[in-house]
Amino acid sequence: MSAGPSRISPGGETVTFTFDAVTYCARAGDTLAAALLANGVGLVARSFKYHRPRGIMAAGIEEPNALVTVGEGGRAEPNTRATDLFVYEGMVAKSQNAWPSLSLDLGAALGLASPALPAGFYYKTFFGPAKRWMRYEWLIRRAAGLGNAPTLPDPDKFAQRAAFCDVLVVGAGPAGIKAALEAAESGAQVMLVEQDAVLGGSLHRDPDPECDAAWIAASAARIAALGGRILLRTTASGYWDHNFLTLTQRLAEPGAVPAHGFAQQLWHLRAGRVVLATGVIERPIPFTNNDRPGVMLAGAVRTYVRRYGVLPGRRVVIAANNDDAYRTAAALIEAGAEVLAILDSRSSSTADAPDGVPVLYDARPTHVSGTAHRLSRVTALVREREQSWTADLLAVSGGFVPVAHLHMQAGGKLDWNEAAQAFVPGVTHQNCVTIGAAADPVPATPAAPAGHPKKSFVDFQNDVSLADIDLAWQEGYRSVEHLKRYTTLGMATDQGKTSNMVALSRLAERGHVSVPQAGLTTFRPPFTPVTMGLFAGAGARNAAAHERRLALYDLHEARGPVWQPLGYWFRPRAYTLGSETLAEAALREARGVRTSVGLTDVSTLAKFEVSGPDAAALLEIVCATTVSKLAAGRGRYTFMLREDGMVFDDGTVWRLAEDRYLLTSSTGGADRMASHLSFVRNVLRPELRVSVVNVQEHHAGIAFAGPKASTLLAGLIGEAPPRHMSLARAVIAGVPVLLLAASYSGERAFEIYAEATQAQPVWRALAAAAEAEGGAPYGMDAMELLRIEKGHVVVGGEVDGRTTPRDLGLDKMLNKAGGFIGANGLQRPALSEPGRIELVGLEALGGEIAEGAMLIGAGGGAPQGHVTAAGRRVIEGGAIALAHLAGGHARRGEELTAASPTRGITTRVRVVAPHFYDPAGERYRD
Amino acid sequence: MYLIDCPHCGPRAQLEFTYERTMDSIAPAGADPQEAMRVLYSRANPMGADDEVWRHTYGCRAWLVLTRNRMTHSIDAVRAVGPETLA
Amino acid sequence: MNRYSVFGLMRGALGGQKHWQPAWRDPEPRASYDVVIIGGGGHGLATAYYLAKVHGVRNVAVLEKSWIGGGNTGRNTTLVRSNYRLAPLHNLFDFGLKMWEHLSDELNYNVMFSPRGAMFLGHSDADMTMLAQRGDALRCDGIDAELLTRDEVAKVEPLIDMSRTARFPIEGALMQPRGGTARHDAVAWGYARAADVLGVDIIQKCEVTGFVRDGADGSGAVVGVETTRGRIGAGRVGICVAGHSGQVAGLAGLKLPIESQTLQAVVTEGVKPMVNSSVMSQSLHCYVSQSDKGGIVMGGDPDNWPSYARRGQPTVIETAIAQTIAIMPALSRLRMLRTWSGVTDMSFDGAPIIGPTPVRNLFINGGWCYGGFKATPASGWTYAHTLATGAAHPLNAPFALDRFVRGATVDETGVGPMPNHR
Repeated sequence: MSAGPSRISPGGETVTFTFDAVTYCARAGDTLAAALLANGVGLVARSFKYHRPRGIMAAGIEEPNALVTVGEGGRAEPNTRATDLFVYEGMVAKSQNAWPSLSLDLGAALGLASPALPAGFYYKTFFGPAKRWMRYEWLIRRAAGLGNAPTLPDPDKFAQRAAFCDVLVVGAGPAGIKAALEAAESGAQVMLVEQDAVLGGSLHRDPDPECDAAWIAASAARIAALGGRILLRTTASGYWDHNFLTLTQRLAEPGAVPAHGFAQQLWHLRAGRVVLATGVIERPIPFTNNDRPGVMLAGAVRTYVRRYGVLPGRRVVIAANNDDAYRTAAALIEAGAEVLAILDSRSSSTADAPDGVPVLYDARPTHVSGTAHRLSRVTALVREREQSWTADLLAVSGGFVPVAHLHMQAGGKLDWNEAAQAFVPGVTHQNCVTIGAAADPVPATPAAPAGHPKKSFVDFQNDVSLADIDLAWQEGYRSVEHLKRYTTLGMATDQGKTSNMVALSRLAERGHVSVPQAGLTTFRPPFTPVTMGLFAGAGARNAAAHERRLALYDLHEARGPVWQPLGYWFRPRAYTLGSETLAEAALREARGVRTSVGLTDVSTLAKFEVSGPDAAALLEIVCATTVSKLAAGRGRYTFMLREDGMVFDDGTVWRLAEDRYLLTSSTGGADRMASHLSFVRNVLRPELRVSVVNVQEHHAGIAFAGPKASTLLAGLIGEAPPRHMSLARAVIAGVPVLLLAASYSGERAFEIYAEATQAQPVWRALAAAAEAEGGAPYGMDAMELLRIEKGHVVVGGEVDGRTTPRDLGLDKMLNKAGGFIGANGLQRPALSEPGRIELVGLEALGGEIAEGAMLIGAGGGAPQGHVTAAGRRVIEGGAIALAHLAGGHARRGEELTAASPTRGITTRVRVVAPHFYDPAGERYRD
Repeated sequence: MYLIDCPHCGPRAQLEFTYERTMDSIAPAGADPQEAMRVLYSRANPMGADDEVWRHTYGCRAWLVLTRNRMTHSIDAVRAVGPETLA
Repeated sequence: MNRYSVFGLMRGALGGQKHWQPAWRDPEPRASYDVVIIGGGGHGLATAYYLAKVHGVRNVAVLEKSWIGGGNTGRNTTLVRSNYRLAPLHNLFDFGLKMWEHLSDELNYNVMFSPRGAMFLGHSDADMTMLAQRGDALRCDGIDAELLTRDEVAKVEPLIDMSRTARFPIEGALMQPRGGTARHDAVAWGYARAADVLGVDIIQKCEVTGFVRDGADGSGAVVGVETTRGRIGAGRVGICVAGHSGQVAGLAGLKLPIESQTLQAVVTEGVKPMVNSSVMSQSLHCYVSQSDKGGIVMGGDPDNWPSYARRGQPTVIETAIAQTIAIMPALSRLRMLRTWSGVTDMSFDGAPIIGPTPVRNLFINGGWCYGGFKATPASGWTYAHTLATGAAHPLNAPFALDRFVRGATVDETGVGPMPNHR
């Protein structure tokens, strides 16, 4: 098989691929676009809106037309540019957005309706109820979108890595290579990145004897020898703050099976200095049917001829407004093509045309014609007289647009270059410079378009024509951003790389202003589209959320509990036995605590050791209760307020020694509390002589609770355990422990802390002692039942960030001396107005209470509160709950409805005090 | 991604730091309750430089005051918090 | 003005669509107006429209420093829903949602409101209880909310990962069927066109640089504004510049309970339909939907430090994308086409501010955090009422500026006065 009939020179290594199920042969190093052109394939894609036939227009990442889906199954990548895809053996590419086939696409019928479908037509019709719009929308959504959506998980992995360099050079054309070489020679650590698969950039299009292949190779070798790093197939796609860039590196071509599982690599790069040698993008020219296969950018034509040895046409017309396009004539002649004419829109030029090629000045193309597959005729106005040629290729050049995207992403400004009629990079506040053609584009003189505006396309992919721009102008969408949004110009997958400047010129022309006055749209990352999986990296696999395991995890897991996530932690929810349901297990476990003894893992509680002469002073700023009056060896319940006076956490505080305290608080708030304590200590009160150490994970904690807890513990430690709210040190199973006699369950109970790495024997000893007496471990659901019955509030439930101590019935515990954080906030007048949400208890008058249900008054109307936690009396049975109720403290005895419409549960309830079990605390005494 | 020059650790990536609050949100010690609330709920929020409390949370854990420009994102000063910060 | 209709388009097909007039005039500012609204975003334009339409106040100017709809109206992810937990919020937003349902007809401009459902995912039993509570709160106030089972979630969104081994498995969801998306730009343009017809002057490229105050020391009532196009007198002035509220209010010497933060969003290349509703996860801090053009639109947490630069931090987007792919693994192979940023007014309880300021005749509408777009009709309606009558509408009465120092905040998430913790 030959590598295509349009190949200029035979030979070279070949690879085979398929496009729309037809097998073709390519030469190694071809892009898909080059290979298709070599094989005479003119029609490659259909446009977004009118399904117009489209071929290959460019040779680089700016290609707006030739988009394909490449790869199969989970690797299928829709919307891949044929010009940015290097052919590999067995590659499978398919056309998109056409049915039943690319040649015979019924969607092209939309083209006939195009006069009635101007820019923004959808804003002017499809009225009626929203549901009716959704029916039209169903059709629109199916018509929109180019490639098919993937449905399978991605089989590939994506790597991310961080790097630093002194100088980053973006773009390995002649300017970039020279800059990288120079920087490396000066001793800088250099990175040179190039989105192409080869170094050299424009040298492949426009050879330079001083910079031939040998020079490129030698330069690359020298840069590498000096410690520089050169990355091919790597795009600097994002330029962020403080010279931080994201580079996307292809390790395998789109759709290919990666050799080592990694399809791409994302670099997080911090560069000392950035050199942008990003080159230019050629502007197309608007005229009738300028979007047809066979109309190509002049520079691209030169690239196909010289780099790939492919002749995109044999009878060629060139239309240009600058000298650069003349070089395309030379390249074509060298390759044996016939150049029928150079249409130069300028009135004169000093550029040299190849011998025998007629140059026509004041000449502008008006229209082309041909089939969906190839061009047959080119018509132009030459000095206002029509003239046409039989031709199969029209090479156009409307001037050059510097690739200033990264400069702009970095926050730089643009300057207007009048000679080139282009924006060039101006000042920037990041350490960044633009060099080469991007800083100094070839002069060009855009001329007024000569075709029919309706068929003169500007944004090819989105089918935006000059007429659409004119309509937007006519209707008042005159800011460039309005124009863009109204017509969708520049919003396709190429982000306007070939269209923005053409559109801006039209806008300027309409408004009789200069282009810079017409405005400029913003450039946002990424420069070219980036695979989502790459940006996500490994985070996509575990959702960037780690798992925290308890020190006693193995002991719990051996009992096969139901685990419950709590922040990053997982805690046993219940230890179900046999065929027990969760609810049955929780009730059994809770009853065990009420009647005998139980143990549960409380290791995740936040724990801080606060020590030093000013320890109490610090704690009395953080805690809203008194602390300093606590005797050594004693502890108390405490809670903390935000500056606005709302309760945000609670726990216990223990005086371990004269100048040493242990503060515990909620699991969920642990990190926030750690930060809060540190802020208060270091920022608000740096003068205090106090140290705060986070010991959350240093100690494992076990709560041991129930009427038999005290006796059993005495047996284990060989002495009487501390009385309620006192502490002691002891040894269990040979392990030193701290005993805090505190109760969350409402029973006589102890929190027993041991160093996390030594805690397992302690749990085993306590479990054995409990089980000998009919007790058992209990999980979070049982703990919840117990604390609801006792009436203890919980952070995230009753403590919801909107309640004050008074709302929760805690105001009697407030430190009368004030001075704590939140004391000022509590003075705000609305916080003592009647009708605030207050904590109450509820008793069901039959049936179950749904947690979260809303409370409705006897007279109906809007909800007056909600059930914050629903439980039951552990021994006697009967549904009870804690609730937030407007003005609740004064409503004891009132009957309400607890309604959960989402779950279809409605229960009559009576308001009671939020303490259902041992309100006097008699069970804490031995 | 800023590069923040921690006075203890040198220049480090922003990922290691967390923003806490603006300096102008912290009422002077001893402010009366009304004044304290006024300060808490009144931010200058300038379109230029402001003093902000940050923390090198995933580094040395020190609290810092950054003078940072909210338009250009340039960081003009980084100071470690000390007894004089609120004085 | 031309009426928009399919017949108009067909007529235009014959004549090259040359008959369409400008959607709004480009007037020179007059010497004074009854009401001057600062900010030509969706909220400001809606306010002007309702002032003229409902209150008969037609001598109104909307001053826009740049181009209308160019702030957060044109930068959000277009989600529309009303399923907030707290009554003052869901009552306000649902009033708006009811307006969305008829907005295209009301404005004779298709804003493409598409009630495809807004779904909050639940990842644990505890999540499901929280969602049920929110649903109950909504249903008891007459707002739609349905708990979905795992199977029902999978039916709405077949591409969601339903495996039990996922780090955040799906246990179900709370669905608001009436929620959905709309075309953001069309909202600004539709209100602008409709307001213009009623006589409102929409003045673009007109930046307010100061307030004109009466009183000997210039600290009295506001009587006008200084702008880049000269002084404009005003009976009442309404600030409506969410994202930049602090800056504009600062011109009147006010400091607000607001901090400006960057919120980023991402859109992929267009593909055929794959996401049917809008999906949100509070555990995973992300949301995703698909635009009519086929792009998958997603976002996550804000860059939670102050900024006006509209330039984000890439790792924030990386996290949001990772979380979204965790929910929908098939998104991995799509390509991120564009990222962008808006400047959000982060208020100190997460709720908006709509009402008078301490300066007489000066009013404010702002503090919308990252949720203002969906409120556009309700915001305009209530703000117009406030500007016309000088008093709050019952729906915006809970959102007065003085609620912070009074202690009457509306704190949906219970996070308190630290916007970066929200």
